[in-house]
Amino acid sequence: MFDIGWIDYTIMLVYFVFVLGIGWALKRYMKSSSDFLMGGKSIPAWITGLAFISTNLGALEVIGMAASGAKYGMATTHFYWIGAIPAMIFLGLFMMPFYYGSKARSVPEYLKLRFDEKTRGFNAISFAIMTIFSSGISMYALAVLMETILGWNFNVSIVVSAAIVLVYTYLGGLKSAIYNEVLQFFLIVIGFLPLVYLGLKNVGGWENLKLSLQQVALSHGYEAGAWTETWAPMGSPSSNPMGVEWFGIVMGLGFVLSFGYWCTNFLVVQRAMAAGSMSAARKTPLIGAIPKMFIPFLVIVPGMIAISLISDPSSGFSLPPKNGSYDYDKVIPMMLGHYFPTGLLGLGLTALIASFMSGMAGNVTAFNTVWTYDIYQAYIRPGRSDKHYLRVGQLATIFGVLVSIGAAYMAASFNNVMDFLQLIFAFINAPLFATFLLGMFWKRSTGHGAFFGLLSGTTAAAIHHGLTAPAGATALIKGGWLGTIVHTYPSEMAQNFWTAIFAWSVCFVVTIIISLATKRTHSDEDLKGLVYSLTPRVKDDSKHWYERPVVMAVVVGIIATFLTVIFW
Amino acid sequence: MGVDIRLPIGFMFTILGLLLTLFGIFTTGDNALYSRSLGINVNLWTGILMLVFGGLMLFYAYRAKKMIKKD
Repeated sequence: MFDIGWIDYTIMLVYFVFVLGIGWALKRYMKSSSDFLMGGKSIPAWITGLAFISTNLGALEVIGMAASGAKYGMATTHFYWIGAIPAMIFLGLFMMPFYYGSKARSVPEYLKLRFDEKTRGFNAISFAIMTIFSSGISMYALAVLMETILGWNFNVSIVVSAAIVLVYTYLGGLKSAIYNEVLQFFLIVIGFLPLVYLGLKNVGGWENLKLSLQQVALSHGYEAGAWTETWAPMGSPSSNPMGVEWFGIVMGLGFVLSFGYWCTNFLVVQRAMAAGSMSAARKTPLIGAIPKMFIPFLVIVPGMIAISLISDPSSGFSLPPKNGSYDYDKVIPMMLGHYFPTGLLGLGLTALIASFMSGMAGNVTAFNTVWTYDIYQAYIRPGRSDKHYLRVGQLATIFGVLVSIGAAYMAASFNNVMDFLQLIFAFINAPLFATFLLGMFWKRSTGHGAFFGLLSGTTAAAIHHGLTAPAGATALIKGGWLGTIVHTYPSEMAQNFWTAIFAWSVCFVVTIIISLATKRTHSDEDLKGLVYSLTPRVKDDSKHWYERPVVMAVVVGIIATFLTVIFW
Repeated sequence: MGVDIRLPIGFMFTILGLLLTLFGIFTTGDNALYSRSLGINVNLWTGILMLVFGGLMLFYAYRAKKMIKKD
């Protein structure tokens, strides 16, 4: 299956040399904790913009999106055109001025300045644990993939990938992680373009792919466009393989989950905060949005091609079976093996390895910042010299990688623990955007309101999940663990979207009620730079009118609308 | 401050592009090798694409350096 030779290993080796070289070259610029943890706040917008989307384009995302492309078809683009893009526009135009303009060095620190210590603590600690586990899961997934397709030893893969990530993040900090994310971005694009080209050529072009997927959709009892159209099949949950209707998509995925992820997750926001100026910080998500809109063609279309190939027995392509269906997570590796000869195969695998490693590095660099500024400096040893915190940041990097290795082995031996943890994190993340929205746009919201709003939002998510279940679920991890099932959703995805909608609404309402019932602790003067109505509008210093954030946002919006209409 | 990212990207893509292009030229006509890629010499074409991209990156890095020197 995998035609791998010396040239493939040479390509991987060249990549490893450059990754480590970048870290080594940046080492001498790491003089303060801000150089190490915040990239020295000096990086141009096009670099932070590419890193912004690239840190999310980790291999789990690439593999997951290709799997979704196979399972749900073109409708997976909802994660981009109605999900990420509006959220990225909102972040660039409305939220970035507060993140970048306030003295906050991290997202939890913004919460401390805007609300209080307990809201920050809740966010910082849950975020720190989450990043470590995400990094561990990336490492585990990489090792499993290398074991199954290349026959590499599981332990060796873990140790080698951890060591490389540790070396370059330890030497060059956030800047090194960002630079490598940009490198990885170009590798993914150039490595996957030939895959899409060969796949489409093989099935006879886009029109023939559509025809063949219409047959697949009809044979599953859906309407013909279920795999090839985006909004047309969203009328009711039973007419599309996602099992979701348009309202769940718009509110659950588009509004709550995407804004929650892209606007409040420090992993991505940190990239924008490392930009060299306010204008560059605001442009970061807008520049990132342009390639982001076209990534579906690189990662979702291969999944659709795979389904078309499977439906045609003469193609000789198949996926390994799993639980009575196919193991959709193998779409990308199996497609690489099917189409790429030795040489190009090395490039494809290197792109995949690069995205696994940058997924780890992104989490590690977000972890060490939150650990150093929001946990160590805030609660353990405040008031030390900057040298001290630089050292702590570096040690946190080592610590973060070591604990990730532990998490990777935990994932290997108790798969359920990982599912359980991811569920808990989903509960914690779901209500977050309500807190930020009220914090940034309603000066009356208070610390008590924010904290108890978050807590009840998280609890509401857990209760909703405990009282509902997706159709056909038997495991308690899928829901219904409170004993009675009040509502059965047509799919797991529908259940997730509605869990998020409930959590967000409860957090929003509770925050408002408790804020109104408690006294304000911050005066208008304190909230300057933190709340929209009390902050002077930022004047953009771009040289040309077309470089202004507003203009870029309009352009991004028009292209996204255009794509949505074409593939409706 | 620091390193122009376009340099390492440019160098890496140029080296990898060169590697793939040469390998592609060397394996031209190897039907067994390219049967899986529908008979297309994808190594050669991807290699050339990478060479062009790497070259562009190096060119922009070089131009930026020259402009700084002028100032």
